[in-house]
Amino acid sequence: MFYREAGQFKTSYEVDAAVFPIRQDRIGIALILFIAFVVIPLTATDFVISVLLVPFLILSLAAIGLNILTGYTGLLSLGTAGFMGVGAFACYKLTTYFPNVNIVIWIFVSGFFASAVGVLFGLPSLRIKGFYLAVATLAAQFFLDWAFIRVQWLTNYNTSGAIEVPTRTLFGMPLTGPNAAPEFRYLVVLSFVAAMTWFASNLVHGRIGRMWMAVRDMDLAAELIGIRLLPTKLLAFAISSFYCGVAGALMVFLWYGSAEPAVFNIDQSFTILFMVIIGGLGSLIGSFFGAGLIYGLPIIMRFIVNLFGWQITPATVEHFTFMTVGGLIILFLIIEPAGLARLWQIAKQKLRVWPFPY
Amino acid sequence: MRMKLSIIAGAVALATAMTSAPPPAAAQDSIYIPLFTYRTGPFSGSGIYIAEGMRDYLEMLNQRDGGIGGVKLQLEECETGYDTKKGLECYEAVKDKKPVVINPWSTGITLPLIPRAAVDKIPVLSMAYGLSAAAVGDTFPWIFNPPATYWDGGSMILSYIAGKEGGGPEKLKGRTIGYIYLDAGFGKEPIPLFEQLSKDYGFTLKLYPVAGTEMQNQSSQWLNVRRDKPDYMIMYGWGALQPTAVKEAVKINYPMDKFISIWWPSEDDAAAGGDGSKGFKVLNWHAVGADFPAIADIKKHVTDKNLTQTDKNHIGKVLYNRGIYNSILIAEGIRNAQKLSGKKVVTGEDVRRGLETLNIDAARYKEMGLEGFAGPVKLTCQDHNGHFATYMQEWDGTKWVRLPGELKAMTDKVNPLLEAAAKDYTDKAGNWPKRTEACDKAS
Repeated sequence: MFYREAGQFKTSYEVDAAVFPIRQDRIGIALILFIAFVVIPLTATDFVISVLLVPFLILSLAAIGLNILTGYTGLLSLGTAGFMGVGAFACYKLTTYFPNVNIVIWIFVSGFFASAVGVLFGLPSLRIKGFYLAVATLAAQFFLDWAFIRVQWLTNYNTSGAIEVPTRTLFGMPLTGPNAAPEFRYLVVLSFVAAMTWFASNLVHGRIGRMWMAVRDMDLAAELIGIRLLPTKLLAFAISSFYCGVAGALMVFLWYGSAEPAVFNIDQSFTILFMVIIGGLGSLIGSFFGAGLIYGLPIIMRFIVNLFGWQITPATVEHFTFMTVGGLIILFLIIEPAGLARLWQIAKQKLRVWPFPY
Repeated sequence: MRMKLSIIAGAVALATAMTSAPPPAAAQDSIYIPLFTYRTGPFSGSGIYIAEGMRDYLEMLNQRDGGIGGVKLQLEECETGYDTKKGLECYEAVKDKKPVVINPWSTGITLPLIPRAAVDKIPVLSMAYGLSAAAVGDTFPWIFNPPATYWDGGSMILSYIAGKEGGGPEKLKGRTIGYIYLDAGFGKEPIPLFEQLSKDYGFTLKLYPVAGTEMQNQSSQWLNVRRDKPDYMIMYGWGALQPTAVKEAVKINYPMDKFISIWWPSEDDAAAGGDGSKGFKVLNWHAVGADFPAIADIKKHVTDKNLTQTDKNHIGKVLYNRGIYNSILIAEGIRNAQKLSGKKVVTGEDVRRGLETLNIDAARYKEMGLEGFAGPVKLTCQDHNGHFATYMQEWDGTKWVRLPGELKAMTDKVNPLLEAAAKDYTDKAGNWPKRTEACDKAS
């Protein structure tokens, strides 16, 4: 009833190939963007912005990065945290060498460094697939993790072995460091995520995305119809790592404010992989769902406990959260193995015929 | 369908509640102290003791004295799991409730809080951990790390070794000293000092890093130890690293009386090696055991009344007492702040002043019912650490035994490094704010 495309005619191929062909979808996305850009910065508390929204957006961006590689191209990667770390450390080195260049530019540029490293470790993907590739990317993760701890040049020989984010400004206001306003950080992160999601959406709906999906579905067939495997796979690695690198730089500069190498350990890689699997392989909106569920759910659960003022010790809450989140993950995978994005699609389908289901 | 709608409505309501609900205001007649603890995760073996000791002492003050200066302490634990992400989450969650002091209990969580402390006006008490350079009070007015830094600890261990060899540091010449450490900020921090001293005194330094993910698998490191045969082993570990190292050392028959650790191993860690770990040595600066009136009060007012989840066997264990020590610093800081400001309900700014003028002498320890619990603590505006003396304790198979003698830090070696590190930190941070906080006379 509310969600029906009757009367909306597609009169050209461009319209038919649009990302949001239905008017309701366009209104919906405009509404979400309006809420995200205008309503939230005006109303939400600092806690919600810095603990819930900024991390959620950054992790979503990393999940999109991994989704491009694993979901769209079918190349399983366990090196996500490593590539995020490359972005973070590159950004740190760049801004200490060239402090006068705007930090936003460096966050963007650091993605290219992650990209280059990603391509390097993506080289074996031509010859190996599946679990074997996962092991190769695991090697990337271990190597990069090792390098962050050992190569002291990367942390400018800090005795603490950690990156300390210096204060940098944008439009005369501090964007990084202790004085940065949470709303301002949030808006910058949101702009990055919105722009890059838009770009990714265009990529995966276009020629390149179709090449990736053809490779994912059957690489032999893809080769036979004229897709060159090596450039296609390496492009997927490059773009995926670019997204992860930018996410890593955002994470350290606009979220943590300082980072030990342990932040980019294998657990982080797994967390992002879970987000992609729970959210839905090969779906951009699924990346947001997955990040929201895996990152947001424990926090919301703790919040609920506090809201009701239950007299439970924090450690018990922690154990309880672990069990519940684990249970929910299994539950969601049983209900819908294709991820939350598929559930969302089913819901949309149902809404189209509501209230007269057939 | 209706059910679905109500689910959606519920979700929307929850979301609005989350975004619009103001943070619960702290009651105005109490002092809010958040305790960042970890009773879960790979570091909980150490973290549970600390959490129990910290909380029980403050809870005892609440029960016995009605708080500090007649003001109740509002305690709240936040579970960090030793994870930086969760620690920052905790910080954001407690920030608006006007905490008077933050105890991060993790170097990883301390580092991001250092620049924020001055902005949010919340002092950070990182007791004998965190950034060593934070001891320089003129640069870091909001950070406190008494009673000794990791660099102090390193130099104390070296002077202890020299003493065992029968003399001053020149006796270290020609020796080989192995250093096994958690390969993170905490373990790496002392390396510049060790390298400097190895040059100055002519001993050979061998490094055996243990990655955070590989804490329970140290066979390769100890294989190297067996090959290198260092005369002494020094350990900087935490969590599961420590019992594993003790076990491995026993396994390769390393002489345990030459295996010396910084102040973090607990009884459980030492006992991991069975009988073989007799002689294992650890630095410490406070008493072990429950033989103090104040700890008897904890039993009477807190544990016997089941106001805590403390395991009664933990009382008096070394890390439990360390938690108490941490709470003594908090409590005395608050008491001092009340005196200085004349207010009953103090703020973070007042407690910063209170910690800066902290002066706990032997008489005060006696008043608190903790006579001889630890050495005096006196901080100044310039020195937020004190570099106080420690002692060595030895594992006799069942308990820690205090060895005679005090160990002093080689301040002439450590302080220049400290100053240089503080300067280096501010240079890299860019626009590090100059100290504007006035310096109080000690009360």
